[in-house]
Amino acid sequence: MLEKALSGDRRYWTWIIILLGVIGIGTLMYIRQFNEGLGITGLSRDVTWGFYIAQFTFLVGVAASAVMLVMPYYLHNHKSFGKITILGEFVAVSSVIMCMLFIFVDMGQPFRITNVFLYPTPHSVMFWDTVVLSGYLCLNILIGWITLDAEKKSVAPPRWIKPFVYISIPWAISIHTVTAFLYSGLAARPFWMTAVLAPRFLASAFAAGPALIIVLCLILRRVSNFDAGKDAINKLSVIMTYAMVANVFFVLMEIFTAYYSAIPEHAAHFNYLFFGLGDANSLVPWMWLSSILAIVSLVLLLNPKTRHKENILILACVTVFISLWIDKGMAMVVAGYIPNPLGTVVEYSPTLPELLITIGVYAIGALLITLLYKIALSVKKRAAA
Amino acid sequence: MYDAGKVIIGLIVFLVLITFPIWYNVASGKATYVPELAPAAKGTACVADTEYMRANHMDLLNQWRDDVVRNGIRVYTAPDGQKYNKSLTLTCLDCHNNKTEFCDKCHLYMAVDPYCWDCHVIPEEVR
Amino acid sequence: MGFDRRKFLKTAGLAALTVAGTPLKSLAQDDSTVIEAVTEVSGLPQEHPITAKRWAMVIDLQKCAEHENIKDCARACHEEHNVPHFDNTKDEIKWIWEEHFEHAFHELENEHLKEKFTHTPVLLLCNHCDNPPCTRVCPTGATWKRDTDGIVMMDWHRCIGCRYCVAACPYGSRSFNWRDPRPHIDKTRPEFPTRMRGVVEKCTFCEERLAKGQIPACVEAAKNDALVFGDLEDPDSKVRQLLKDRFSIRRKSSLGTQPEVYYLV
Repeated sequence: MLEKALSGDRRYWTWIIILLGVIGIGTLMYIRQFNEGLGITGLSRDVTWGFYIAQFTFLVGVAASAVMLVMPYYLHNHKSFGKITILGEFVAVSSVIMCMLFIFVDMGQPFRITNVFLYPTPHSVMFWDTVVLSGYLCLNILIGWITLDAEKKSVAPPRWIKPFVYISIPWAISIHTVTAFLYSGLAARPFWMTAVLAPRFLASAFAAGPALIIVLCLILRRVSNFDAGKDAINKLSVIMTYAMVANVFFVLMEIFTAYYSAIPEHAAHFNYLFFGLGDANSLVPWMWLSSILAIVSLVLLLNPKTRHKENILILACVTVFISLWIDKGMAMVVAGYIPNPLGTVVEYSPTLPELLITIGVYAIGALLITLLYKIALSVKKRAAA
Repeated sequence: MYDAGKVIIGLIVFLVLITFPIWYNVASGKATYVPELAPAAKGTACVADTEYMRANHMDLLNQWRDDVVRNGIRVYTAPDGQKYNKSLTLTCLDCHNNKTEFCDKCHLYMAVDPYCWDCHVIPEEVR
Repeated sequence: MGFDRRKFLKTAGLAALTVAGTPLKSLAQDDSTVIEAVTEVSGLPQEHPITAKRWAMVIDLQKCAEHENIKDCARACHEEHNVPHFDNTKDEIKWIWEEHFEHAFHELENEHLKEKFTHTPVLLLCNHCDNPPCTRVCPTGATWKRDTDGIVMMDWHRCIGCRYCVAACPYGSRSFNWRDPRPHIDKTRPEFPTRMRGVVEKCTFCEERLAKGQIPACVEAAKNDALVFGDLEDPDSKVRQLLKDRFSIRRKSSLGTQPEVYYLV
């Protein structure tokens, strides 16, 4: 099946070459970062996690969202999702690999990463995060491969894959819960230490993921003749709507608790994000942009008339994705450090090498999606013929 | 076989090229090269005998590392009863004080690049 | 039926799983430490180590304020341990340093704090907590709390530089090596290793000096007994006496970390 990724038209190969070029630039930048150290990023003694970990946090959510395609089909028999579960699974594979790459480029000693497995530490949430993410990657590769292979042969998938599919559903929930636990268990960071963080992560995951998948489906309809079907797209957009409502609700809950209790330690981080603290206000425009985009997306999505119009749906998906990318990425991660535990404010903004490495990793993800989708679509085309 | 002549010649050229490291080293006499290590500047014996150290010094150092850092056990008793401080810089480099003429000789020859020196200070270099 | 390809792959897969399972034996690894005392041969560590069941430090803020140069403590520590000096706060590495009272005890917000204290320099370092959040989060065991004496240790060989411990520390005690530190070390002491880029470092209560029977460098540098170091489990120790006689506070004590650095006000 892999050979199907090697045949394509001019547009396909042009896209691949562009991606390889971007990956090359990112790799060169990473080599410089590896040799000189993470000092070439904008990170500092006070803000030790930044752009890379922000991408990681956001993408774990996108990876978990595959469950929103698997669950309706396998648990609730919505036949219309049958065609596109593979797209969700491949998004999961690509996202998890990007997550792992972002962790890798963020580490001070990346080649010691096997220490996490050689010296397991069950008391550390990060150990479990590594375990569940690796497991989720294997699950999705296995399930994707077996089901696609069966489709190629025009037979039903073998029965033994069913338990794996069922396991992948709670497993998807677990990867994002565990990632939330990385943050929500730290007494040192009151901005993160909130019980609603895990539900918030899941809600934003199930909004951002389907948003991406809807956009990918619509792109696929343009570049190939694969049609996900109006029913599946509509149902996905409903899932996305409900999830976005839940997410905005959770954010409002956080804002209420911080501001009504008026505890400086809690409110200070929100003040930094929305109003800035003194001269430190680099995230303020981003935060307001994220909030406005969230409202706009809800206005577009809650009304079925606008939700069903494809052009508006695409706009809604893009606004959801960008709003959540800002909110769950940079805003959540960086504001946890500002102000720091001693009350001082030290700002952070990513440097050019950091951005180039990030874009390189995203290009790797895009390449993976391209190759995997090419294989999936070729198989489906063959099987339909 | 089609083009038998070309194929066989090609195979022979390939074999010659791929075995280049072996026959070149033998022919130029480099195969018999053994790195000459500078003798220790002081002391009568190492913490273990030469045969053992040649093959296992890395294991010994790893064991020392875990003993000192993780278990707080800093004293090593050599097979001959002599006691030493488990320290690369303060014990090993105390006698083998010329890294270039001792450690590096074999390491360079074997293309081994241990990163111990990133942290463990070489006294000659900071004096 | 013969041994076909499918059977071969199944057997090979099982064998690979078994081999991969062997690192799990390290789960049985015991991190409890044994600090030996060795006599006889001179020049060795652990000839006369100073040991304790639970090391703690008491810092007298009054005496700190009276000290002619509070920076002596940090200088002694950083020289002893090859801590690099950076001019910018971004890459800064510090094991012990001074802050103003309002930052050191940020949770004790008090607009009308006694004047003397608003400008009192407070020495901050790793608190070697009894219930450390940093060791709880480390995914490789590169930092852990020693059973024998309560010191929160660092293993720079194992650290992967994920900086989770830095996020978890409520006191800002940990620093990360953003670059190669060596060019920024004023004078390298061969007796202690430097660190490399990509690992987290912090005060280790001078455990290597304790093994040689020496008190921590900062305690030694604070000549007027501003810093007292001793065994909290020993009822006759000076730290216990001080804590019994004087009012003491700890940083962010409500978080339950049980810091072992006490400040006498």
